[in-house]
Amino acid sequence: MGAGFSSLTLTLNIARVHLFSKPRQTIIAMLGVTFGIGMFIALVGLMTGLNDFTEEITMTSSPDIHIYHDITEARPTILEVVNPTGFNVVHHQKPKNETAKLRSAARMVEVLRQDTRILGVAPMITSQVFFNYGPAQLNGQIQGVEILEEDKLFDLKSKMKDGRLEDLLAFHEGVIMGSGLARKLNVKKGDRVVITTPQGFTRTLKVVGIFQIGIGAVDNIRSYANMSMVQTILQQDKSFITDINIKLKDRHQAKAIAAELQTNFIYKAEDWETANATFLTGVTIRNIITYAVSFTLLIVAGFGIYNILNMTIYNKMKDIAILKAMGFAGSDVRSIFMIQSLVIGLLGGLLGLLVGFTLSSLIAQAPFDGGDVISLDHFPVNFKLKYYITGIVFGVTTTAIAGYMPSRKAAKVDPIEILRGQ
Amino acid sequence: MNTVLHARGITKYFYEPDKFQVLKNIELNVERGQFLSLVGKSGCGKSTLMYVLSTMDTDYEGQLQIAGKLLTGKSQNELAKFRNRHIGFVFQFHYLLPEFTVLQNVMIPALKLGELPYAEIEQRAIEKLTLLGMAEHALKKTNKLSGGQQQRVAIARALINNPDVLMGDEPTGNLDSHNSNIVFDIFRELTTVHQQTIIAVTHDEEFARRTDRVVEMSDGKIITH
Repeated sequence: MGAGFSSLTLTLNIARVHLFSKPRQTIIAMLGVTFGIGMFIALVGLMTGLNDFTEEITMTSSPDIHIYHDITEARPTILEVVNPTGFNVVHHQKPKNETAKLRSAARMVEVLRQDTRILGVAPMITSQVFFNYGPAQLNGQIQGVEILEEDKLFDLKSKMKDGRLEDLLAFHEGVIMGSGLARKLNVKKGDRVVITTPQGFTRTLKVVGIFQIGIGAVDNIRSYANMSMVQTILQQDKSFITDINIKLKDRHQAKAIAAELQTNFIYKAEDWETANATFLTGVTIRNIITYAVSFTLLIVAGFGIYNILNMTIYNKMKDIAILKAMGFAGSDVRSIFMIQSLVIGLLGGLLGLLVGFTLSSLIAQAPFDGGDVISLDHFPVNFKLKYYITGIVFGVTTTAIAGYMPSRKAAKVDPIEILRGQ
Repeated sequence: MNTVLHARGITKYFYEPDKFQVLKNIELNVERGQFLSLVGKSGCGKSTLMYVLSTMDTDYEGQLQIAGKLLTGKSQNELAKFRNRHIGFVFQFHYLLPEFTVLQNVMIPALKLGELPYAEIEQRAIEKLTLLGMAEHALKKTNKLSGGQQQRVAIARALINNPDVLMGDEPTGNLDSHNSNIVFDIFRELTTVHQQTIIAVTHDEEFARRTDRVVEMSDGKIITH
């Protein structure tokens, strides 16, 4: 006959018998891992779900890079220019009388569109306006845009609650309004609103659509109109542009590129991370909490496995001694116990993934009221495969480490001490 | 006929609690098929000698050869393999694995050796159990057997790989006289019929007197052989 019975099969068999001979103990060790990984999956699903949601809404509310003329930016005083080495005191310096206009904006847009790192560029005009609501005047913001360019950057189409973006192109004196603003003004699609510019001119506009981005701070004040119309009501020429929004191919490069653009163009270039710093600090904190809690749970599970294997090895001292006498090497004995801990880790881990998935599904169904600030009706939960793989790898690694120490001890048992008669 | 075991100048010290020479320049040759008993008072070093001869204890001076192979200075892994193939063990207690059946217990050393297919190992294990009159208990769990029966299963397990030497540390030490006689008769038969070499450490004078050769130790030295 061919090959003999393999030694590994024997080792596996002994490990299996050990696991099955004390089922309760095995199950308890497994449940420790299950609990740890289940909680990890549920936590990481919820936390990264929230993170992704936050990132998405910050993305739709602010461009990757926003170039504008920051007239409040500190500038050197005349005194310092004239007398740079002297001891100068200028108290309460005020900005110059200058408009928010970006000079030679058209050329800047040209240059930006040539840049291979940039996906899209949308110039626009932003202005404060009053919306007249009967005798009351509500403060708001009007953005003169090329609406289809804007859509490319912010995916506005998916944010429309009523009407279509194309209606704005068809209707020159139209306006697309944020849902919160529309509610405050009590207007619906097709209604007319009267706006007053800071310069005191009034204009009647027709509401052609309503959008909702999901952040109260935006939905309550913003409205979109045609660029040329806004230029007209502000009594400016066709070259009047106040802002340039940029979408990058990789928005994690925004910080570096923004700094570069700021030096090239003189104007302020703000990246999305800086613009949403308060929002994004939450992301880091949530990540820290998730990994700290999960790590703690898995360590506790690891101690459970360590204890149970230690106990098993103590009880099996005689078996270990006779196996070594009969020709099992230390490494064979170590394998017997390592296999046990890995089986506990793997089965407990897989069960943990299932528990985590179930928990995540339940959390995803739980109603959650985001209030006016963010529009959320359920918890956003992430089901990405990546976290499930992390979970199982993490779990099996922990059990392997927890199992290694007692297994090594078993491998070092001196059979003579145990087998020798009194 | 031919020498199976050859020990030359075996010297060993214990270091706890104080340095103490437990084996003093032991010379021992064992012929194939010899039934040898190792006797002496408690503390004379006979068990210690047996564990040196068994290759489990490697902390000694001198040279040890079994089946023509020099074992002194070999690694633990090599020695484990060697024991698996060439040495069978019977102790005062049976040390059978409680979760396995009688048959599985007997098969384990052969499965570990891995030279034969599973079915042949099983066949051979049944032969060994038959030789010891335990075949009918093959499928029982070991804790269902009496002490004498358990010891016979342990002997079958020791024989499964047809070892060159069977070593026993008080193999009848935990048995009543009836079972002691059974075990002795089995050993006797193994040596005469199957040319099995046996080295047994014993306190039992009756047992020792009936073996082929009695090696008596005192104070770390062999005094008669």
